[in-house]
Amino acid sequence: MSTHVDAPAPVERKAPTTTQIGRSIPRLESRAKVTGEAEYIHNLRLPGMLYGKIFRSTVPHGRIVRIDTRAAKELPGVFAVITGEDVRALIPDPYYGPAFHDQPVLAIDKVRYVGEPVAVALSEDPHIAEHAANLIEAEYEDLPAVFDEVEAAAATQVFVHDALRPAGMFPDLKHLHGRTKTNVALDFTLRRNDVEQGFAQADYVFEHVFRTPTVAHTALEPIVSVAEPRGPQALTIHTSSQSPSFVRSEVARLLGWPENRVRVRTAFLGGGFGAKLYIKLEAMVAVLALMVKRPVKISLTMEEQFYTITKHATTVHLKTGVTKAGKITARQCEAWWNGGAYADIGPRVTQKSGFTAAGPYDIENVALNSYAVYTNLPPAGALRGFGIPQLVWAYESHTDLIARELEIDPLEFRRANILRDGRPQATGTIMHDIATVEVLDALSSAMRWGESFDRGKGSIRRGHGIAIGFKACIAPTTSGAIVNLYGDGSCAVYCGTVDMGQGSDTVMAQIAAEVLGLDPQSVSVIHPDTDVTPYDMATLGSRSTFHMGNAVRLAALEAREKLFAIAGKALEADPSLLTVADNGVSAPSGRRLSIADVIKSTFLMQAGNIIGTGSFRPTYTSPSQGDGQSDDITPFWMVGAVGAEVEVDTETGRVRVTRLVNVADVGTPINPGIVTRQLNGGALMQLGFTMSEAVRFDNGQAVNASLADYKIPGILDIPDQTLAKIVAGCQSTGPFGAKGVGETGTFAVSPAIANAVHDAVGVRIFDLPLTPETVYRALRAAQHNPLEDQQ
Amino acid sequence: MSPQLRHISFTLNGNSVTAEVAPHHTLVEMLQEQFHLYGARESCGQGLCGCCTVIVNGRSVSGCLYLAAFADQANIVTVEGLAKGEQLDPVQEAFVSCSGFQCGFCTSGFILMVNQLLEKNANPTEDEIRHYLSGNLCRCATYPDIISAVHAAATTLRKE
Repeated sequence: MSTHVDAPAPVERKAPTTTQIGRSIPRLESRAKVTGEAEYIHNLRLPGMLYGKIFRSTVPHGRIVRIDTRAAKELPGVFAVITGEDVRALIPDPYYGPAFHDQPVLAIDKVRYVGEPVAVALSEDPHIAEHAANLIEAEYEDLPAVFDEVEAAAATQVFVHDALRPAGMFPDLKHLHGRTKTNVALDFTLRRNDVEQGFAQADYVFEHVFRTPTVAHTALEPIVSVAEPRGPQALTIHTSSQSPSFVRSEVARLLGWPENRVRVRTAFLGGGFGAKLYIKLEAMVAVLALMVKRPVKISLTMEEQFYTITKHATTVHLKTGVTKAGKITARQCEAWWNGGAYADIGPRVTQKSGFTAAGPYDIENVALNSYAVYTNLPPAGALRGFGIPQLVWAYESHTDLIARELEIDPLEFRRANILRDGRPQATGTIMHDIATVEVLDALSSAMRWGESFDRGKGSIRRGHGIAIGFKACIAPTTSGAIVNLYGDGSCAVYCGTVDMGQGSDTVMAQIAAEVLGLDPQSVSVIHPDTDVTPYDMATLGSRSTFHMGNAVRLAALEAREKLFAIAGKALEADPSLLTVADNGVSAPSGRRLSIADVIKSTFLMQAGNIIGTGSFRPTYTSPSQGDGQSDDITPFWMVGAVGAEVEVDTETGRVRVTRLVNVADVGTPINPGIVTRQLNGGALMQLGFTMSEAVRFDNGQAVNASLADYKIPGILDIPDQTLAKIVAGCQSTGPFGAKGVGETGTFAVSPAIANAVHDAVGVRIFDLPLTPETVYRALRAAQHNPLEDQQ
Repeated sequence: MSPQLRHISFTLNGNSVTAEVAPHHTLVEMLQEQFHLYGARESCGQGLCGCCTVIVNGRSVSGCLYLAAFADQANIVTVEGLAKGEQLDPVQEAFVSCSGFQCGFCTSGFILMVNQLLEKNANPTEDEIRHYLSGNLCRCATYPDIISAVHAAATTLRKE
């Protein structure tokens, strides 16, 4: 904006009538969602479209001897049957992935897990395509397989991949290129001061091992992609993706095309939770569509989602030194991440979450090792928390055990060691805008901690527990946005953030509306379309409100400057003194023009645009090799604490969570209603991962890959009371003080509940989930009367 | 594989309609392919999640399992049939005002089930609401707000 000196004498200025920040307005798409008319890629049909059905591997590790597609091809109505060798005719090296180029479009030479795509049958009729896929036969030469993450990391004979193939995208993975005879895809190391010296200073040293199982996203809109050739040299991909910009660049790379020939668009997503990131079906449908010169759609079944992407099973070994007074002097952590057969984003989980594995505590001496491990299981990737809930499960169960042993109140023990604003985290980065203390205080009051507590009677025992976790937002990433004022004064925001239920459309509209003096309900948010919307890294890791929110704010500010420059002439006023409100621009003189009339004053008719652009890229310092130290590891921190009250039935081992309180540092909430639903939704999703969810494998075969056998929380499973408490602080670098919240509710749920169970019945559960059988076995073991294992 | 198509006629959201269906076609497939109604949608494919809920002759069915041929002569109501023009029905209004949804994929099923619940029970307790809706899953876990929406809709309907 131009500087101006001769400011006219100040006149009384009308304060803005309202602010859009902090308003719990209903979502923009409310009407579409309650009438069933919201657009999902699930709904899409195109002229001439073929349906693909995938034929999948039945062995966990094997060399492909023969694939027989003859019977499938002969089935009337089958258009084509495609195998990995056919794909190789189009793309010589058809391997993709965000961290490693390790995953083939369809299996080539080897299969590496049960459920791996081997061939696809195509037909105009999805039933015929499914029938045809069932007629395909494959013969494999079985290879020995590895399933456990700790065993696979130490393996000397069985390797899932012959050599590591890091993608070029992340500079800190490049050194892994070409490594052989290993299942460890990434070994992240952090060293802060001297952990051995820290243990020597301690009065007590505690060691525990905690485990979490593989769990599944089960988005209710199963993963779906449609590829539509536009002639031989251009392609549109319609996909339920959280990362359209990545899909475009990765598909273009595979095809050897410039990015401008691949268009990727999304609609609303029926849930994502991390399952719909990077490449899932997009490379497959793109290749198939180009081969058959027809649009191709693949919609997974719920069962197939279990074979496509999961959340890492983990083993976490913790060792902590502590003084008699309760000061933590040292913490050592080794974490093994079961990445399955393809790396997906696992190596980033290993590093980005790995560096927080000592917890939100101020610890002088820290040593962390975090291993991304290949196994012969379905690939694991991001799931709402990006590895944080697994780590918090370990360090907050561990922390509670230590407080218990020292006979210090668990909340006071945490408060005494908590990492405060202005202090260095284990990477060396100084913490800013982190409300750890305020979160603990709010938790204490919401739980009425320290007051008398009903312990139950008879076979129903009651207990309460707490836990706290934190997360660094992923870095480095970029978001771009465009704000466009049309000739009639209406406004559209062009941004690549995918609204998968988290409410981003509404929040972006509120941000643009705040800057431009509009009603947010009148702002239209254009859904991601890489031919239209600017680059955005992805919708993940609670980054959108912060990154895209900043980009939208900058774009709206630029549009407002241009608007003021025009309006200044029309209103004969200094542009720097103009204000916006209620769809209009006002001058200090009291003169006012609607935005439409301002635009008309320069284009002389209802025409033209006023366009602002915004691009946001926070600073970042990559952790140094060897010690993982960085002075700028993340643009912002998220803090989430949970308190749980439980009833344990000592006769059955059944745990009922009666009250679940989650407290989060959310900066300044843009839409408190949406923030609350994200916090509660995250906490209740994690309740499923705590109480019932685990994908069970038999020789690599998932044996409960359906909602009949894999229990996600229903309305009867939620606590009597679920409460989200917002600790409103200020993220000084965020848009209007906001920070991300999409994952915060998940962090501390599992250990809070296990700590409450311990409080109720005196037994400790080290492995999730807390099924009645697990708890009952622990109760019997504590009575020195363990249950005999079933034959 | 060219199964014999069967001609059926039925009432769909108040209109008399006809369709050609194969024996294996489900109600959801027919609604999507022949009537371009996408509010009932297949998710789990096993009748466990409720995303495919459709009302057939006044009773809720899982449209992903219910065969289209059984719709012959039936009265079918989908979520698209609830609003009267621009005017949302009270349950839809309550889901908007209480934000009883996030991603929206399960919402059609919940709204149809809540309508059915409130027809039978004008003033349900929270326990009754939970039990009635236990066959519908919401992976976003917007359950607390869905319960609020049911109470709000019940209040509105009792005033009418």
